[in-house]
Amino acid sequence: MSASFYSADDLAGLWISLKLAIITAVALLLVCTPLAWWLAMTRSRLRVVGEAMAALPLVLPPTVLGFYLLLFLGPHGWGGRLMQQLGMAPLAFSFSGLVLGSMLYSMPFVVQPLQSAFQGVGARALEVAATLGAAPLDRFFTVAVPLARRGFITGAVLAFAHTLGEFGVVLMLGGNIPGRTQTASIVIYNHVEAFDYAAAQRLSATLLLACFVLLLIVYAANRRVPEAAAAA
Amino acid sequence: MSLALDIDWSRPDFQLTVDCEFPASGITALFGRSGSGKTTLLRCVAGLEHAPHARVRFNDEVWQDDQHFVPAHLRPLGYVFQESSLFAHLDARGNLAYGLKRVPAARRRIGFDQAVQFMGLESLLSHRASELSGGQRQRVAIARALLTSPQLLLLDEPLSNLDLASRDEILPHLERLHDQLSIPIVYVSHEISEVMRIADHIALLDDGRIQAFGPLHDLLTRPDLPLAHLETAGSIFEGVVDEHDASYHLSYVAIAAGRLAISLRAAAPGKRVRVRIDARDVSLALEPPRHSSITNILPGRVIDVTEDRDPAQRLVRLDVGGRPLLARITARSVAQLAIVPGLALYAQIKSVALMD
Repeated sequence: MSASFYSADDLAGLWISLKLAIITAVALLLVCTPLAWWLAMTRSRLRVVGEAMAALPLVLPPTVLGFYLLLFLGPHGWGGRLMQQLGMAPLAFSFSGLVLGSMLYSMPFVVQPLQSAFQGVGARALEVAATLGAAPLDRFFTVAVPLARRGFITGAVLAFAHTLGEFGVVLMLGGNIPGRTQTASIVIYNHVEAFDYAAAQRLSATLLLACFVLLLIVYAANRRVPEAAAAA
Repeated sequence: MSLALDIDWSRPDFQLTVDCEFPASGITALFGRSGSGKTTLLRCVAGLEHAPHARVRFNDEVWQDDQHFVPAHLRPLGYVFQESSLFAHLDARGNLAYGLKRVPAARRRIGFDQAVQFMGLESLLSHRASELSGGQRQRVAIARALLTSPQLLLLDEPLSNLDLASRDEILPHLERLHDQLSIPIVYVSHEISEVMRIADHIALLDDGRIQAFGPLHDLLTRPDLPLAHLETAGSIFEGVVDEHDASYHLSYVAIAAGRLAISLRAAAPGKRVRVRIDARDVSLALEPPRHSSITNILPGRVIDVTEDRDPAQRLVRLDVGGRPLLARITARSVAQLAIVPGLALYAQIKSVALMD
């Protein structure tokens, strides 16, 4: 495929989408692991609050999420003001802002598979590890994480795919700046707005194919991971 | 050497009240119905439960009191769970190594190869848990616990989810464990036949309380406790294989009270064995029977005579060579022979089971 097949904006959009999806997926795994662990293990009544919060982005229209983030992170929001006082640029209309928005937007897709995977590991395996001399953090990394492997894979794939397909939050928070915050999905929208259906077609088909291949690889790999069998 | 427990724990659905000191040697059985608190007690010892205001002391180490709570991973014990608990993401070798790796080399008393050989796992090392039978999994689990070089081994009904064949596959290993490694074991069970085979001491749990605690041979025969009234009630004796008589296909086992003949066994003379005599296989005679087909006859003295569950039956407890022997005979025979405490008589034993 030659450069002439895609416009410069197309390529920039694809690159930004890819970068955004990877960074978001990795960051979400880091942030959501402790959260999902807490949700899976706690007997606190605060758990339902945590679960509701973590599921909120599922039902919230992306534009609502993007709108509030924009207010909060913009130069006049108190998040933005705080950043300025700390000598940093406000996150609105920046790539970092997109990452933050994407993380919030895709969070349930990581928290929920992780939480159910951790619940599937069960207390017993961790008790066994304890009686074998493993301290809490040791048990977590040597027993809980490997047994919850499917949850991590599922969470990472969903976060990646969901971020690739994101539109509303990105548009609201990113401001459609080519080369900085203009993702592939926004580029497609622009093509359609400009009645350039052929260009939209090329980019859409690319995304479709890439996502399908990605999912295919992941599910094929996942099939080879032995059942994290509670039964065994 | 002892394990001292003082627990008074009330939960809405459950009560555990225990104040006792177990000898930290040999095998102590915690015996009781399901729901009697056996497992909870064991979990308190292991540090898997944190009972408020409880005290747990092992030898000189305080594992729990009002100021301290040593978490499970810092207690030098091995724990084998009731159901298979192998890590599904590791093969048998990985499971075995998990505990071993976490013991400082200086504290290791059992090597990998030794534990593998001990539990007969040589051919299973590369298998995952899902590829092993129930009995094999428990053998791996026991070896895994041994590899932490525990000072105390806690077994929570390790055989209860296994079929008979698998039990018979594991019990000899447990007996050898007892004989060859001087690790004290606390063994939770609700199967008296298992307990009779391997335990030295027994604690009877009922409704979260210890009903009685003592040497197994005593508690098995005490008429005030339920064990003596079981259908399968009986007595146990430790002895030594004395000699074999190939012509009659008999082996002789010497016990304190005399010599017992059993069906010929391969056991080498000198081997220490345990025999079990069911109460219903013992009959009593005032004179040494001369014209009897019964081979095993031991002299004894009546300790007490008590009613049994069946009103037609009586339980007679005898002292034979310093050990109690239980006989279940009819009330009519008790009256006819005028059996009273202190009477010297002869126990005719129809059947002796060697427990190996």
